[in-house]
Amino acid sequence: MPGQTQDFALANPARPRESPLALSVRRLLRGRSSRVALIVLGIIVLVGLLAPFIAPYDPSAQPDIVALKDLAPSLAHPFGTDPYSRDVLSRVIYGARLSLLIGVLATIVSLTLGVAYGAIAGYAGGWVDAVMMRLLDAFLSIPRLLLLIGVLVAWPRLSIGALVLFLGFTGWFGLSRIVRGQVLALKHAEFVMAARALGASRRRILLRHLLPNLVSPIVVAATLGVAHVIVLEAGLSYLGIGVPQPQASWGNIIQDGADQVATLWWMSLFPGLFMVLTVMTLNILGEALRDAYERRS
Amino acid sequence: MTAPLLSIHDLRTWFYTESGVARAVDGVSFDIGAGETVGIVGESGCGKSVTALSILRLIQPPGRIETGSRIEFEGRDIVTLGDEEIRDIRGNRISMIFQEPMSALNPVFMVGDQVAEVARVHAGMSKREAWGRAVEMLALTGIPDAETRARQYPHQLSGGMRQRVLIAMALMMKPALVIADEPTTALDVTIQAQILDLLVDLQRKIGTSILMITHDLGVIAETTSRVIVMYAGEVVEHADVDELFAKPNHPYTEGLMHSMPHIGHDQERLNVIPGTVPSPTDWPHGCRFRDRCPYSWELCEREHPPLYEVGGAHVSRCHLAIEPERRNHPHPPLVVQKGVAAA
Amino acid sequence: MNDAQPLLSVRNLRKEFPIRKGVFARQVGAVKAVNDVSFDVARGETLGVVGESGCGKTTTGRTILRLIEPTSGEVRFEGRDVRSMGTSELRALRREMQIIFQDPVSSLNPRMTVGAIIREGLTIHELAEGAAAVARVRQLLEEVGLRAEYSNRYPHEFSGGQRQRIGIARALSVEPKFIVCDEPVSALDVSVQAQVINLLGDLQREHDLTYMFIAHDLSVVEHIADRVAVMYLGKVVELATSDDLYREPLMPYTQALLSAVPVADPHARKERILLQGDVPSPANPPSGCVFHPRCHHPAKDAACAKIVPPLEEKAPGHFAACIKQPPTKVSWEEQKQAGGVHPPERYLPLAAVHA
Repeated sequence: MPGQTQDFALANPARPRESPLALSVRRLLRGRSSRVALIVLGIIVLVGLLAPFIAPYDPSAQPDIVALKDLAPSLAHPFGTDPYSRDVLSRVIYGARLSLLIGVLATIVSLTLGVAYGAIAGYAGGWVDAVMMRLLDAFLSIPRLLLLIGVLVAWPRLSIGALVLFLGFTGWFGLSRIVRGQVLALKHAEFVMAARALGASRRRILLRHLLPNLVSPIVVAATLGVAHVIVLEAGLSYLGIGVPQPQASWGNIIQDGADQVATLWWMSLFPGLFMVLTVMTLNILGEALRDAYERRS
Repeated sequence: MTAPLLSIHDLRTWFYTESGVARAVDGVSFDIGAGETVGIVGESGCGKSVTALSILRLIQPPGRIETGSRIEFEGRDIVTLGDEEIRDIRGNRISMIFQEPMSALNPVFMVGDQVAEVARVHAGMSKREAWGRAVEMLALTGIPDAETRARQYPHQLSGGMRQRVLIAMALMMKPALVIADEPTTALDVTIQAQILDLLVDLQRKIGTSILMITHDLGVIAETTSRVIVMYAGEVVEHADVDELFAKPNHPYTEGLMHSMPHIGHDQERLNVIPGTVPSPTDWPHGCRFRDRCPYSWELCEREHPPLYEVGGAHVSRCHLAIEPERRNHPHPPLVVQKGVAAA
Repeated sequence: MNDAQPLLSVRNLRKEFPIRKGVFARQVGAVKAVNDVSFDVARGETLGVVGESGCGKTTTGRTILRLIEPTSGEVRFEGRDVRSMGTSELRALRREMQIIFQDPVSSLNPRMTVGAIIREGLTIHELAEGAAAVARVRQLLEEVGLRAEYSNRYPHEFSGGQRQRIGIARALSVEPKFIVCDEPVSALDVSVQAQVINLLGDLQREHDLTYMFIAHDLSVVEHIADRVAVMYLGKVVELATSDDLYREPLMPYTQALLSAVPVADPHARKERILLQGDVPSPANPPSGCVFHPRCHHPAKDAACAKIVPPLEEKAPGHFAACIKQPPTKVSWEEQKQAGGVHPPERYLPLAAVHA
């Protein structure tokens, strides 16, 4: 490119070094909404992690089926009790744990599949890429929710593990497109050509040069992906085909109070609130990460 | 002495960024007379482009022209003009040619329309009239088959042609001043020769003044009559072109001239200005060039040099004007001594 | 030319890029980026390759290294046939032939530290590891004028000139014999260019390197190159020593090119040869001599549009592709048959000569 590079004496030995990652994080944390979101999300994650220690009761315990049924929120039970006489607060706390776990695990599955598929298609190019992309188009045309409903209705009584896998298998399409696009662009970057000129093998180029430069879109997709899975899982559990009872997930809790939505208002409000907070903070962080990443490039 | 066409007094354009205030242009003053071609030469980061953009008030936030700056043109101060008034000047009384023709042209409109639009906006011409004038202008810039070419889109034209289109647009209203910001840097050398020739030719025909901004001393020598050398946001030297090349005064100008390879001059090694330009958020106090200067001494750190008169209309921002014998005793510049000489 | 075997020998190199149109991406034509290029590079010399955009100089450099696969032709490095090498042989060859890129921003992986970037070659070829590798990286950094502490930093913390130095250190890490310098200073400021040019010269002397120096800036090339090849639309149109080329350019394109360079001297003669029109597209080069539509040679005629001029020796060691500059093996009879009306005559306009 003709013209001069617009930079100045940046390499001052006195300045601390800064990896591109550190730069992005620093830029991310500059926004107030990002900081707040991070704190709120952190609290929710902590709640989930420490569930066994902070939940006042066992989430499946039914100590007094008669007296503790359908109680409105009180000091003893801040979130009330459900139709099965279980403490809702404890169930919401354990629900955080489960919902987040499912979200993270399913997203890991999606990430692995999406990155692998996209990277291979992008790097191979040619007819391999063309075929893979047309297949992908077919996959993308099926709405995720309907697909999940279809599968889960056909296989009722699934374990959580299987649920995670299905959620993961249906969530990688968009990411693989993004990854493929990035890989296509990176393939022709001069530093990749330089690596080839040094004698780097294709494997080395993929792992050391392409993948690390995909981190940013992957992190963004992961953050938003977790949020999406949480919402999906809640929806599926609400429909009765998600997390099996008596395990506590946010969707399940809402489901339990579904036939008496108006009277048992605490059954929808509290899990719903937590869900909204979690999804919102994840989205805020995901968008902020995307901004931080886009501004750098 | 007739009044100058454009008179810039103490222009300061600062950018308020997250890493601090970047004083891209920090107290620049000069005049341009009618029919003159004045050049601003300097490397990246010296502030020459920002100066050009400031003249037409094209600076966007976080940049701002600081109060106290004055740009006098045709009896008015451009800095304080209202939006409508400044729009009246842009493209009409003062126009600009940019470095990258492709980014300055709209890809979805025919080039003829884009050139014609200038006349429709500023002179209220009808579509047909404006089109006719546009084709005339395009022909004047040497585009063969102008009538056909005018109906083409930017991507159908080569780099050189696009630059001619930009020149046509800039000259449509026969402005008093044309600012050319690195107009040939992105072009091949044979095309560059054509465009420079064209600019000189058109200037003679239409009588506009040209402010030629470039990093290429060769372009300066061939097209300008007066030269301003900029470094670190300031004017460091200002002289007639002959004088500047024959007797460069400021050590930066000297260094610049000696670091260019010239065809026919056989040199083992090129003279080098060690170090890099300091950061605009952090201009050093005293003389901004002292760390890289082979003649600097304690005064250069203590006092920021003013523009000394070194002969007729020749000024130079260097304390050597008061202690010229020091020119005979060069020493390794401070950056070399500190070991951070590599740019 | 001495009799010692050239380090690099290129014969009839061609690289075509297909142009595809339509839904099925049928090939409708080809861009002849490199169109029958031949030259030698002797050990220890610097061959400059100049030309404007679209002339094929960058593609030539990359094709020689097989970073882009040639369409046809022969490339020999120390006598060995590069094109027929298998994967492991080619990888071993990568130690001996390296490249430096033009753009200091995109030629360094933004996610790798400077140290990792320079160390990569050592790892791939198992030249050093652990502490020995660290030491070698320090040594290379210092050699290119950077401080050893910089190895923990990332490319974005450096200026353009410093990034180019990192790229040079990377190329040097595998101890090559030959380096293709692809416009290494074009994206740098003038004063920084000088630093990097001096560095390249010093390194060449230190390590007995051979350079192919690609550039569009004629003054830079004249300074650094021993011999110069001028390219136009995929062909080498003139090849001579630096001195001969600048003092006596024979190919009309070279003459125009030289006269177009702005001279930093207000008193220099200002008449120049102005070429008409634009550089034609390499997808559709003119017939016969690719330069003929824009040529200013007084003997230009219809023969120029029909006959492809061979690159022939006009003076000892000075080659040019022009049938109108004598001596030429294309006989006057042949030219007349092709429609020629002006016999060849030596033409050397003053405007082109930089004495």
